[in-house]
Formats: sequence, C-alpha cells, structure tokens
Amino acid sequence: MFFSPFISKPDSVAQIMLKVLLAMLPGIALYVWYFGPAILVSITLASITALGTEALMLKLRHRPIMPFLKDNSALLTAWLLALSIPPLAPWWMIVVGTAFAIAIAKHLYGGLGNNLFNPAMVGYAVLIISFPMQMTQWIAPHGLGQVELGFFDQLEYIFFSRLPNSVSLDAVTMATPLDTLKTHLHLDQSVPQILGMPIFGQLGGHGSEMVAWGFLFGGLYLLAARIISWHIPVAYLVTLFFIAAIFHLADPHHYAAPLFHWYSGAAILGAFFILTDPVSSPTTNKGKLIYAAGAALLTYLIRVFGGFPDGVAFATLLMNICVPLIVLYTQPKVFGKKDQGLDKKNKVVKP
Amino acid sequence: MLNALLAMAAIAIVLGAVLGFAAIKFRTEGNPLVDKIDAILPQTQCGQCSYPGCKPYATAIAAGDADINRCPPGGEEGIQKLADLLGVEFKPFGGDTAAPKAKSVAFIEENTCIGCTLCIQACPVDAISGAAKQMHTIIAAECTGCELCVAPCPVDCIDMLVIEEKITNWKWKYPVYALAPVEAAGVAQ
Amino acid sequence: MSKLYHFHGGIHPPSNKTQSTQRPIACAPLPSKLVIPFHQHVGNRAKPIVQIGDHVLKGQKIGQSEGQLSSAVHASTSGTVTAIDMQLVAHHSGLPDLCVTLIPDGKDEWITHNGVDYQQTSHSELRHLLRKAGVVGLGGAVFPSDLKTDARHQKITTLILNGAECEPYISCDDMLMRERALEIIRGAEIMRFMLDAAEVLIGIEDNKPEAIRAMQLAAASSGDKMKVIVVPTIYPGGGAKQLMRVLTGIEVAAGVRSTEKGVQCFNVATALTIYRAIQFGEPLLSRIVTVAGNVRQAQNFEALIGTPIDELVALCEALADTNGYIMGGPMMGMPLPGVHVPVVKATNCIIASSKKLFPPPPPAMPCIRCTRCVDVCPAELQPQDLFWFAQSKEFGRAQEFNLFDCIECGACSYVCPSHIPLVQFYRFAKSEIRVREHDKQLADQARERHEYREHRIEREKLERAERLAAKEKSAQPAVIESLTPQQQVELATLEASRAHIRELAKSEVEHTVESPGN
Ligand code: SF4
Ligand code: SF4
Ligand code: SF4
Ligand code: SF4
Repeated sequence: MFFSPFISKPDSVAQIMLKVLLAMLPGIALYVWYFGPAILVSITLASITALGTEALMLKLRHRPIMPFLKDNSALLTAWLLALSIPPLAPWWMIVVGTAFAIAIAKHLYGGLGNNLFNPAMVGYAVLIISFPMQMTQWIAPHGLGQVELGFFDQLEYIFFSRLPNSVSLDAVTMATPLDTLKTHLHLDQSVPQILGMPIFGQLGGHGSEMVAWGFLFGGLYLLAARIISWHIPVAYLVTLFFIAAIFHLADPHHYAAPLFHWYSGAAILGAFFILTDPVSSPTTNKGKLIYAAGAALLTYLIRVFGGFPDGVAFATLLMNICVPLIVLYTQPKVFGKKDQGLDKKNKVVKP
Repeated sequence: MLNALLAMAAIAIVLGAVLGFAAIKFRTEGNPLVDKIDAILPQTQCGQCSYPGCKPYATAIAAGDADINRCPPGGEEGIQKLADLLGVEFKPFGGDTAAPKAKSVAFIEENTCIGCTLCIQACPVDAISGAAKQMHTIIAAECTGCELCVAPCPVDCIDMLVIEEKITNWKWKYPVYALAPVEAAGVAQ
Repeated sequence: MSKLYHFHGGIHPPSNKTQSTQRPIACAPLPSKLVIPFHQHVGNRAKPIVQIGDHVLKGQKIGQSEGQLSSAVHASTSGTVTAIDMQLVAHHSGLPDLCVTLIPDGKDEWITHNGVDYQQTSHSELRHLLRKAGVVGLGGAVFPSDLKTDARHQKITTLILNGAECEPYISCDDMLMRERALEIIRGAEIMRFMLDAAEVLIGIEDNKPEAIRAMQLAAASSGDKMKVIVVPTIYPGGGAKQLMRVLTGIEVAAGVRSTEKGVQCFNVATALTIYRAIQFGEPLLSRIVTVAGNVRQAQNFEALIGTPIDELVALCEALADTNGYIMGGPMMGMPLPGVHVPVVKATNCIIASSKKLFPPPPPAMPCIRCTRCVDVCPAELQPQDLFWFAQSKEFGRAQEFNLFDCIECGACSYVCPSHIPLVQFYRFAKSEIRVREHDKQLADQARERHEYREHRIEREKLERAERLAAKEKSAQPAVIESLTPQQQVELATLEASRAHIRELAKSEVEHTVESPGN
C-alpha cells in the first residue's frame, strides 16, 4: 500500500548528477585543447578509482551497490578532483586523492547526502598538504612550453615518471598564473609588469582563462536547467569581484584586477560546480548567499595573503564547517508567521 | 598590590552577596529535578517500580537510590527520556521488573459486582465510582490501567481490557518504504 | 481587475481534468444498497437514532449530531434499515467505522420538508437549519457549515467562494459551476447574509474558462457585490489558505482562524448545498463525484451519500488492469481499503488506479539537500529538515520548525529527486505528537487525581481526629458542680464508657489511616 501523492515528477538524483557532469564537458574540451589530453587520463583514472572505492565502501557498509553506483555522485567527485590537480601528477596521487575523498570524506560521514565536507575538496586538500611538490607540476599551455609532450609521452610520465630523452621537467611544466603572480610580486615587480608575461592572457592565464569560459558556459546551463539556484554563483563572483576591486583600486600595482581573479584558478569552477554541491552547502537562500560570500572572501585572502596557490578548496572546506550554523540562523519565516521565527513557544512535546 | 587585592576581595564579596541574595530570592520551590523526572513518568501509579507511586520513584531516582529502568508502563522510550534528562546511559529493563504490556483499562463485570468498595479504596486515581452495596463502574477515561483494583476484588469481577485500535485512536505508522539500503542489504547477505 | 497576490512555491502536475468534463453531470441510478457512515465530518460521530428494521424516508435524520462540533446524518433515499454496524469506510487507517445499511425501496419518497425565506429568518435560526440539514464543507475538509457561518464573534469583511479546484483529475466543482452557477450564487447570497460580509470573491483557476463564464453571468444577476476572480492555475492554489492569500494577500498560519483576519472561505459546492438546505429544507443527501482514472469514460455523477463506490465506478467501466481506487486527487487523496466503501460527504473524486497510471515510486535515495522541496513548499517550510527530524523522531525539533504549518499538499514529495515519501513522514510525526500530547494530558490528569486522593486521605484523617476532639469537648458539661449527686454518678459512668470507646476508635483510626499508605 502506498500513500499520496501518487504521482511524482520524473527526476532522479542520477539525472541531476549526470546533468552536472555534462555541464563540465565544454570546460574539459577546452582544457584538452589548450593543455593536451593528459587531463582525460586523470579523469578516467579518478573515475575508475571513485567507482571502485564507492562499490567497496557500499559493500563494507552493507548498502545496496547498484543504485548508489548509478547515482553518478562518485563520478562527479572524481571529475572535480581530477580538474583541480595538475594533469601530469603521477597516477598514484590521483588514486590516493580520489580514494580518500570517497572513502573518508563521503562514506565515513554516512555516504551520499550526509557528508559535511565537499569530498573532492577534501581529496585536494589532502594531496596538497601531503605532496606539495607534485601539486605544482602544471602543464604549460599549448604554445608556451619549451617542449610539448605528445599523448604517449604524457602517459609515460604519469605512469612511470619517465620523460623523453633530453627533456627536463621544467621544460614541460610551469607554475600556474596565480602562482606566477605571487612569486613575481615577491620579487618586487608590479602587477601590470607581471601580467605582461606570455603566460597571461586577456583576463587570466593564457589558456586557463578559456577553460574558465568553458566552465562559465556550463554553469549557465546548470542555472537555466534549474539544477542550481543563482544564489551561490552570483554571491560568490560578486563578492570576489568587489573585494578584488577594492584592493585593486587602492593599489593597482600590488593587487590584480577583479576579472583576473574571476578567470584564474578555480574561481568559476568553484562558483558553479564546487560550492554548489547541494549536500555540503546551506539549504536556505539567505544561507547560500552568506556561504558563498564567505567563501569568496576566504578565497581572496588565501590567494593574496596565504601560502597556497589557490584558495577555492580551502575556502570551500572552511565554509562547509559553518553550514549547520548558517542554516540555523537563516531559517526563513513560514507562511502566515512572517513576524516570528522558529516556533519555540508553541512547542508542546519536549525533545 | 595591596590595593589590587583589596579590590578583588571587594568584588568577590559583592558578587557573593548578589549570588546569595539571588539564591534566596529566586529559590525554586520543591526539588525541580524530582518534578522533571516525575513529568516523564507515565503517572500510572501502579507501583510496579516497587515504589508506592510515580512521585516516590521520581524522588528515589533523583536521590540516586533507584535505577532508571524500573517503570514498565513508561516503556523503553521512558527509560531513554530519563537517560537523556539525567545524562546517563540507556539501560534495558532489568530481570526483576515486569515486561511492558499493551495499555489497557479496567472493566467491572457489573452483574457480578457485590459493591464491597474494596476496589475504590485500591484505585490510586479515584477512577471507580460507586457506593457500598451498589454496583461499581470504572470511568474508563480516568483509569490508568494500573491493575491495583484487580487483586482486592473478592469476586474477581474486574478484567483488564487492552485498548483496541479504533478509527478514533489510530495513528500513522513510521513510514516503511522501498528504501534502497534495506532491499540490498538483504541481497548482499 | 483587482490585484492578485502570490504564494510561494507550487507545482504544475499534469491536470488530467478534460477526460471527465466531456459529458455533463449524470444522475447516478439508485444503488442496490446504501452504507451511510455516522462520522463523515470533522468532530464527534453522530449518534444513531434509528433501529434495524425501521423504514425511513428520504431526508429523514438517522444520526443526531453530538456536541457542538458535529453534524447530522440523513437517509439519502427511502428504504429499510437492515444493519447498524462497523463497516469499512474511506479512512487512511483502513479500519471500520459505525455505519447504517439502507436497502432502498425504490420509491425515493421524501419526508415533508420546506424551506424558509432567509431574509426573514434570524441568523441563529439559519444556522440551526444548516445544522439540522447536516451541511458540511464539501471541498474535502467537511467542517460543519453552521459553525463556519457564525459571525457573532468576528467581523467578516470578505467571503471567498473557492472554485479553484487545483488537484489533477478532479472536475466536480468545474462541472457544478458550469451547470448550476445560479444556485451557487443564491447560496453565496445566503452566506453573505449570514456573515454580513461586505464582498464576495469567487476564485476560479484559469483552466476552467467555461465555469468562469457561467459564474460571471450568474454573479452579474445577483444584487450583492460579487466578483469572479480568475486565478492562475497552480497546485495547491485551491487550498483555502493559498486562495485566501492569492485573493486578499492575507496569510493564515496553522492554528489561527481565518475569521480572525476577517475572511471566511467556502467551497462552491457547499454554497449550493446551503442554498438547497435553506430554500427547500433539503438536507445534504448527495454530491457531485468525479469518476476518473483507469476507466473507459470518465464522468461526473450526482451520487447519493452512501453509494458503494464499486456501483458508481461500474457506470464508467473500470479497465481490466485496475488495481485499486483512490478517493480524492492523486496529490492528497487516500487509497480506499475496499471496493464497497461508500461515497461520503467528503468524496469529491474516485480515481481508478493502475500500475501504468500511478507506478509505484522508485526506491528512495538519501536526501541530497537539493532544496527542490523548499522551492515548491506553499507553507514556506524546510521539508528536508522536517523530514530529517521526523525520521529521527526528534518531534520537538520538528514542531520548532513549524511542522504543523504543513498542509500535507504533497508538492515536496512530488518534486523530490530522491523519491522520499516526505508527506508520510510528516503525517507520522504529526500523529505521534498528537498522541503524545494526549498521553501527557492523561498523565497530568492522573497525577492530579492521585495527588488529590492523597490529600483527601490526609484530610479525612485529620477531620476524624478533629471530630473526636470536638466530641470530647462537647461531652464536658459546663458546670458539673451544679448537677445533683445522682446525675454526677451517671455522668461519671458515661464518661468511663466513652473513654473506653474512644480508646478503641483511636487505635482503629490509626490502623485505617496507615493501611492505604503502604
Ligand atoms: S512503575 Fe508504575 S508507579 Fe512506578 S513510576 Fe512507573 S507508572 Fe509510576
Ligand atoms: S480502575 Fe483499577 S486499573 Fe484503573 S486506575 Fe483504578 S485501580 Fe488502576
Ligand atoms: S527534494 Fe528531496 S532530496 Fe531534495 S532536499 Fe528535499 S527531501 Fe532532500
Ligand atoms: S506537504 Fe507540507 S512540507 Fe511538503 S510542500 Fe506541502 S506544505 Fe510543504
């Protein structure tokens, strides 16, 4: 016997996750175009690891395997993680990171729907703390490296750490634009000067800004398809813009322009794909605004004053901790009770 | 140095005085813990906890003389609530306490009743009405189902009737649905 | 055009209404038997006032209302009472309730009845007539109408007629407005008179153009200030609270009466019933029922209260793969526990269900906090939090998060991508909380009675002691010396025996006082 409502909208968790994955495709395509196919290898590796770990954890926890494997949420974690670490990172790093994300950050917290932290960002944080060296081996974009590796050379490096003869690692990798900016600022160069270097493009890094456009495009699709609400991306990007603008206006020689902050690092990816993870973000609209604004502030502070190359991951994790509190204090007023918040006094049964 | 010490002492004295005054002024009547415990107990007044009523049992718990798992009518939920209130571990029912039973009310077989008033004297909540040598009746809405009236009756005319589920007292059950985890747990084993 | 307000959320499920609006309302033939429950309304069950074997006339009262919040029940046709017993009725519990079984004699013979001119009748007399006629709200809430037309305590400015009918499949109000608009308007005039309301607003969703036209025509003929207002089609826009909000901007929270805000809302079918009850003295004996779903030809019927639903559905020919019946719509309706369950005052629709029409929901997944449910909740609640609290039985927290403001519309369950039966959890939590409240009241009452009893025993003990003391005192004559010697001797012996008795009594008192305490 089942009860009303007897009808439901044809929709499912798997479909939602699938749409998010699809929305990442334009960004990934541009990634491949500018940085070569290595990223596809790490995405594949991460996906396989994620599904394997997920299946194992479900079995250990005596949960049904197929419905959860098919919900695409593990894949989403895998893709996000793969996109946040250097494509040339050795294969075992992506495996360790993904396994950690799924096993610890997701399943030890209770599995789908119960994780306090964004699993992909936990994986990223573990990697950058444990292997800071390898986490800086970003491929130089198309046309900028001294040497460009072919697909098989990239594969060989990922799996066996072997480079073709007479090619040094420095010749194929490069620091990220955000990193470059930071190091050169320490060398007392000014922002306009630094941004003149070939690694920088129109708005952000050469190549990486195009990838960001790709993710922006996918994000707009998510908004249009109502997979995510506008609150988080808008609040995040607007806040980031304003903080960057304030610093930039105060001292344009030391602080990069707001659009640079949008288009470098994982800002766009974060705004549309990472921070919007429903499980680890607030459920109230006001809460979403606060959460995203807080994340933007932290991102900027970590980027500009902190020691890590990008701030999105740590900002996300720090804001994740605050979510329960934010949600509790941003409870909207209910129908007919616009003059009162939580119903404390009508409570008859004590918990 | 001395000044500082003096100042500290003065502050301490003032604060102490304020606290002392507050303690007198806002003293709560009775023992609030006993009342809190009593509020959780079901008030069946059956004595199955081996105390002469709910309040005495509450007093004993508050004094630390009794365990929290002695009240069958309160059920495991009652034990859980007591555990939560007192901040102690949940304890299942001990071997010497009766098992919880379905809630019931007493019913007097009216043709057999001889009007001896013994049950009236036994009922802890005055739920029985009747006078000497007249037929007695139980006011079902006030009967707590404590069974104390059953034993004293010399002609065994009191029955305990389990309260049936009717449309008026029916309640929604905890939803059981095709939950993915349960299904597959079965498959996995 | 007056300004329309907006309420939060809402959904647009497929409406499936046109199937049943192709043909006019048909009068269902007299069924082979009628099963009339005594409890068809909010409040106390009516008390049976007929006996097995009685011959009753159409419109004869067979159940007397009990207490203030109750309603009368009448025989829907003339015939013989063959049973008064527990039978399956339309209730979520699937438990039986007290019903009368009536075998029609086929004559459909009315009891004498006559109406009144409402304008010449006092308000209290009108309310009495409604009560006598067993009129209750026909929109589904079945609240006794005599109580809702009582405007003694609050000033009502706006009377709302609800013709929105937002639930899929149901079209009984739509057809009623198309075909009997004038009678509805006459009923509205009576209600306006009783409530002394300044204006009457009739809300109809824009997917019922024909009903809107018919009602506009009829409303124009009325001397009262009546306005048909077209409201956007959205579920649950036909909920009384939502319609009130849309038409007047007023929001009514749970536990608050709309009359406190000067608004009262009735279903259009109730208006018609009120008209017939006042104008002709006809009690509520039949209603319009939509029969739809897995049937060959969906249609609306005027069916007698008590008609077994299988006889009604047979008129539309249920298809072979029908696996059950739902009373009400697919969003808020209830599955019926059997095919012989009778049509009651609340039955607006019978849907034959099949696996194809209402496939069982896919296995539920955990809540991913996607807040789709928040987006659609008309009560502006946080369904995912309420679900969490209900699931973990944190009832206090659920209440704190305004569980009781949930109108159980099902919009949240409808959109949940994890297919969690959310409303089920709210129903469970609400019902648990109500039971606990009730238990708590009983416990408090028991504590009070127990304390009173102990107090009484204590007092009796004291009183007995006092009585003895008083007796002792009164036994002492004022001046012994003034008595004759003989009298003095008599007194002395009397005293001695009294003292002896007192001794005995005292020990007995102590004994009786001690024993109950043990
Ligand atoms: S066992 Fe009986 S008397 Fe003792 S606390 Fe429970 S209900 Fe009260
Ligand atoms: S009537 Fe009997 S069972 Fe009911 S409360 Fe009184 S003594 Fe207990
Ligand atoms: S719609 Fe379902 S999954 Fe989404 S937040 Fe609400 S309950 Fe959770
Ligand atoms: S059923 Fe309750 S919680 Fe769900 S949408 Fe309707 S009012 Fe909101």
